Amino acid sequence: MMNNPSAPAIQFDQVSRHFGEVKAVDQVDLEIMDGEFFSMLGPSGSGKTTCLRMIAGFDRPTSGKIRLYGQDVSNLPPYDRDVNTVFQDYALFPHMNVGDNIAYGLMVKKVAKEERVRRVDEILELVQLTGFAGRKPSQLSGGQRQRVALARALINHPKVLLLDEPLGALDLKLRQQMQVELKAIQKRVGITFIFVTHDQEEAITMSDRIAVFNQGKIEQIGSPSDVYERPSSAFVAGFVGTSNLVKGEVAKRITGSEQTFSIRPEKIHLGSVRDKSAEDMVSIDGVVRDVIYLGLYTRYLVEIEGGGDLVVIEQNLKTTSMEVLSAKGQKVKLSWQKDHISRVGG
Amino acid sequence: MPSKSSDNLPKAPLGLTLAALGTLLFLHVPMWIIFLYTLTPDETTYTFPLPGFTTKWFGVALQRADLWRSLTLSMQVAAIATLAALILGTLAAAAVYRSNFFGRESISFLLVLPIALPGIVTGIALRTAIGGLDIPFSFWTIVIGHATFCVVVVYNNVLARFRRTSGTMIEASMDLGANSFQTFRYVVLPNIATALLAGGMLAFALSFDEVIVTTFTAGQQTTLPIWIFGQLSRPRDRPVTNVVATIVILITFLPIFFAQKISAEASDTEGETK
Repeated sequence: MMNNPSAPAIQFDQVSRHFGEVKAVDQVDLEIMDGEFFSMLGPSGSGKTTCLRMIAGFDRPTSGKIRLYGQDVSNLPPYDRDVNTVFQDYALFPHMNVGDNIAYGLMVKKVAKEERVRRVDEILELVQLTGFAGRKPSQLSGGQRQRVALARALINHPKVLLLDEPLGALDLKLRQQMQVELKAIQKRVGITFIFVTHDQEEAITMSDRIAVFNQGKIEQIGSPSDVYERPSSAFVAGFVGTSNLVKGEVAKRITGSEQTFSIRPEKIHLGSVRDKSAEDMVSIDGVVRDVIYLGLYTRYLVEIEGGGDLVVIEQNLKTTSMEVLSAKGQKVKLSWQKDHISRVGG
Repeated sequence: MPSKSSDNLPKAPLGLTLAALGTLLFLHVPMWIIFLYTLTPDETTYTFPLPGFTTKWFGVALQRADLWRSLTLSMQVAAIATLAALILGTLAAAAVYRSNFFGRESISFLLVLPIALPGIVTGIALRTAIGGLDIPFSFWTIVIGHATFCVVVVYNNVLARFRRTSGTMIEASMDLGANSFQTFRYVVLPNIATALLAGGMLAFALSFDEVIVTTFTAGQQTTLPIWIFGQLSRPRDRPVTNVVATIVILITFLPIFFAQKISAEASDTEGETK
């Protein structure tokens, strides 16, 4: 295969995929670097899964080109691409045992039997399933099936590994454990991972970079902290974490400009109206409308002067539930640092 | 399985039990009568109790060359019709399942139609078509006639299996480097194998005892059911006919029995993986 190791692992060049009238993917440009853990984040129908399927070869772009390490693979069938996928429903072969499932890629490539057995043992150890080779998929738990699916894809040493919401079917505890494990495995094997998810927390936890998809386009690409701290659009601010959007007159009152901005709830300081605010801070007065005590932190809903509500989250450093709940109805001053404001157009 | 679930079910009222029993007897007693009268020494009349006991009719039946010709012909027709049905039925099921093309629903309907249509309609239609095309009535026209309804059985079985298997499995196979042929060989075929076996056995049984369509599509050939039909006008041969009927019952009963067993087992094990 023609290859250029210095080229990006995956490069989208004006890629579109239309289904009739619907533009599932609309002129997307994208570069994913070698060895990166890259997440495609977005709501369902945002085009992230279609992008993944086009990289895998299950779908072809309507227009544009997809390059894998410099080689144009836009029209190659899935079996001619050095890319493997972990499917959302795992897609294990029910009639084969775990060992045969994992060795499938080697078997169709006619790798010798001893070599297959050796590599299956090796990879089973990597995913912590040593001794499971003889079991049938139906005898495994959800988490174990997930590991088998991962092992089956990784054993072929693909250039890029695609993961299509692989943790979606697991319960919360197991999901958090697998997030850490996936990241560790990725570091160990050094393969480029492309991870599709609609769970922003998952994307932030694991990724080197995140692309936020919306309506077939990429809204923002950046590191987890970029995307979280500096959302480039109202959509990103709203989809990644919770965010307060302030616009129009109220915005002008706070910042002196009518431009819409977003401020994260945890960046806002809740203080007494008598407090003086520092030089680098902006502030506005309001009345606490609602208090929700959540143990680890408390969520306040504050109606600010000029209209509109802001969500404020404060960690319960010293307070108890009795104390925080008495805040309801009180007048407060909200303040935050100027550089925590993200202007989001408009 | 049945013992587990029937434990908790309320007991059926007596009337219903008797009606069910009566229906089962009505359906199955005639078969036992046929078997019983293969053992009678009296060849012309049905007397009960049997005037004696003999197994000589089995010997007589084995000596009849015309019977053997018909039996062989029926087996050959059934085998080839089943083979054709397996190939065509699977291909049709795969097409209907995997792709969404214009007229898909109509094709699905048209495929199933031959089994719903009265055999006489299929028979007349085929005779007219074959005659109109100047194709001589032969062994192959019988096979074509039988294949029309054998395809349906295979098609239905395989389509049902396709719908129960995960579609991403085929994608997974291709993703792991298998081409279409390898994917079919290692993933699709093992998953539809029991459906093929069940469908094939059912198709074989259907073809083996078919009378009406065969009457319309055969030339000079006499398949076994037609041979039996001809025997009815020869009362002296009655025990021999009974012997043959018993063989037919066995030949058709066994595949259907196993087909049922395989389908039941397959749906049991599939439940686990879902």
